Amino acid sequence: MKRHLISAADLTRDDAVLILDTAEEMARVADRPIKKLPTLRGRTVVNLFFEDSTRTRISFEAAEKRLSADVINFAAKGSSVSKGESLKDTAQTLEAMGVDAVVIRHGASGAPYRLATSGWIDAAVVNAGDGTHQHPTQALLDAFTMRRRLVGRDAGLGQDLAGRRITIVGDILHSRVARSNVDLLHTLGADVTLVAPPTLLPVGVGHWPCEVSYDLDAALPKSDAVMLLRVQRERMNAAFFPTEREYSRRYGLDGDRMAKMPEHAIVMHPGPMVRGMEITAEVADSGRCTAIEQVANGVHTRMAVLYLLLGGNEPAVTHARTEETK
Amino acid sequence: MSEPKKTLIRGAKVLGGEVRDVLIDGETIAEVGTGIEAGGAAVVEAAGSILLPGLVDLHTHLREPGREDSETVLTGTRAAASGGYTAVFAMANTFPVADTAGVVEQVWRLGREHGYCDVQPIGAVTVGLEGRKLAELGAMHDSAAAVTVFSDDGKCVDDAVIMRRALEYVKAFGGVVAQHAQEPRLTEGAQMNEGVVSAELGLGGWPAVAEESIIARDVLLAEHVGSRVHICHLSTAGSVAIVRWAKSRGIDVTAEVTPHHLLLTDELVRTYNPVYKVNPPLRTERDVLALREALADGTIDIVATDHAPHPHEDKDCEWAAAAMGMVGLETALSVVQHTMVDTGLLTWEGVADRMSFAPARIGRAEGHGRPVSAGEPANLTLLDPAYRGTVDPAGFASRSRNTPYEGRELPGRVTHTFLRGRATLMDGKLA
Repeated sequence: MKRHLISAADLTRDDAVLILDTAEEMARVADRPIKKLPTLRGRTVVNLFFEDSTRTRISFEAAEKRLSADVINFAAKGSSVSKGESLKDTAQTLEAMGVDAVVIRHGASGAPYRLATSGWIDAAVVNAGDGTHQHPTQALLDAFTMRRRLVGRDAGLGQDLAGRRITIVGDILHSRVARSNVDLLHTLGADVTLVAPPTLLPVGVGHWPCEVSYDLDAALPKSDAVMLLRVQRERMNAAFFPTEREYSRRYGLDGDRMAKMPEHAIVMHPGPMVRGMEITAEVADSGRCTAIEQVANGVHTRMAVLYLLLGGNEPAVTHARTEETK
Repeated sequence: MSEPKKTLIRGAKVLGGEVRDVLIDGETIAEVGTGIEAGGAAVVEAAGSILLPGLVDLHTHLREPGREDSETVLTGTRAAASGGYTAVFAMANTFPVADTAGVVEQVWRLGREHGYCDVQPIGAVTVGLEGRKLAELGAMHDSAAAVTVFSDDGKCVDDAVIMRRALEYVKAFGGVVAQHAQEPRLTEGAQMNEGVVSAELGLGGWPAVAEESIIARDVLLAEHVGSRVHICHLSTAGSVAIVRWAKSRGIDVTAEVTPHHLLLTDELVRTYNPVYKVNPPLRTERDVLALREALADGTIDIVATDHAPHPHEDKDCEWAAAAMGMVGLETALSVVQHTMVDTGLLTWEGVADRMSFAPARIGRAEGHGRPVSAGEPANLTLLDPAYRGTVDPAGFASRSRNTPYEGRELPGRVTHTFLRGRATLMDGKLA
């Protein structure tokens, strides 16, 4: 493993499979009465959030605490981009306090990359979402969820997602989740199709390792998983599409559309879901929708990432098990 | 500053052609010939060097008044002399904005007092660069600074009516409007060239069409009202095509390209290093090649630096927070040699045209961009084209260090610059 996790594109197939396998190990810890490992005891991790994201922050915090790390939460919302020096100064201040890893969420694409490569700090950097660029742990938890559902919990160990067909629907242009997923799913051997109105696809998307379509109905019967992305209502005012109703009609997933998907296919959503626009309540509450599982899997996956970046080389859970059996 | 009455430049290739001796007497060139006796003159041995007319930059940011921490007229003109320039046009986006006779006269006088390089202020087109009300263009022209070039550079004069009026108005005194072609709505939130790389990096796109649509509009306006328009830092293959078409139609348009757009591409943005953040943004390889070709065939008239100094802290941050711009005065000639001369696209005579004769003509810079011949003002630049070295910003005369070429090997070195007969740069050292 590398020292930092900045982009899903940085992971090799073997790196990614190792993280997913480690996440399965971590998931077993969650089934125990005491859901805690001593692995990162004595290590300090700071959650440096320049942008609000309660879900992601809590998920990382839970992962860090289950690994017994000392956790510092730092919310510096809003101020970073207006004052250019604040990211560097903040990071250096935290490092001076002896931080081993920085989990950073930032509104500016590339901020975690700068933090990791500009020599400002020595700590490991985990990207928890930067602008419209990347959100690699989200892609990992999504892949983890797909592997469990489509390949199997134990049967999945050591496996990738070769040949699985994944459709990602919605605001691709502004989505770090889409970028991360395209990169990681491609690395894992899956076939990805992006579906969106042309206004919500970036110029240059033709060079991505995926298919692009404007037609959701055509993609559904060929999908093993359909991932819906949140569409912000503000986009309508910026003329990305005419009305919410029109968006729903063309790109929303309702019961009728879900019926066109293969029997085994799942519906995914990174949350928070805008019910009635990109997804109907009927679909969101159905057994095929994995939104809640994705949240749980996020903790396992983030534990795996932090463990592999900070914890050293020995298997994470075996060590703890040996201690238990003594 | 060293001020010998006479200087003999011995054995330089004039405009890259014939080997000649050039005798400077006082402020003028006294004689150009062979075997000229030194007499009492200081001698500069220039075998192997190229002698060019003093370079003229139509697009420099000196930051004074207002941002003296980035650059001042003194440090900026010292940088200019180091780069072989004898005249620079200082852009109007200072604090206060150069939109009155008072501000432009102040900048002009500072240039004269420091004596490294003539500073010709550019006046703002609109009050405060706000794009709503014409600035006092006539008063700036009538001032001691005698402003002839007007630009809201940094911002586009996007209102078609204001642009039309400005083009018409400056005809009264032979002025020219230099347009920063950037359709503002199409570039909201823009961070880099829109294309394959921006899609991957998730940075807001600055589409080529935002530049091209304004250029297309402005050449049509210039044609309609019979005015001349100058396009600043043209950066795309499409812009080249539009300017080529406009010239073929007889429209009075001139255009400039920066050294960085002749060399660097948006692939560099993958480093997220804000030293590569500039407006207009670095484009693609295809654009770079089109720009070189257009500069060679004269579609693009001149090279202008868009020298944009910024203090360290404005670049040592995340990409989105960083200031846009690069310094360029001290590396321009090297980049042009590398991209245009060493590639066989342009002769040194062509370089003299694109970096001295033509910019002086467009900006009406008196005494600059003159032939290297007896009786002309002794504004001269001498460079050693065989020199190879690595760019080290620590040695820059500019107050700022935001160069994209740090550590890069570039050919050529300016060894001497003469402003009206006086050496401002001697043996590579500022006088």
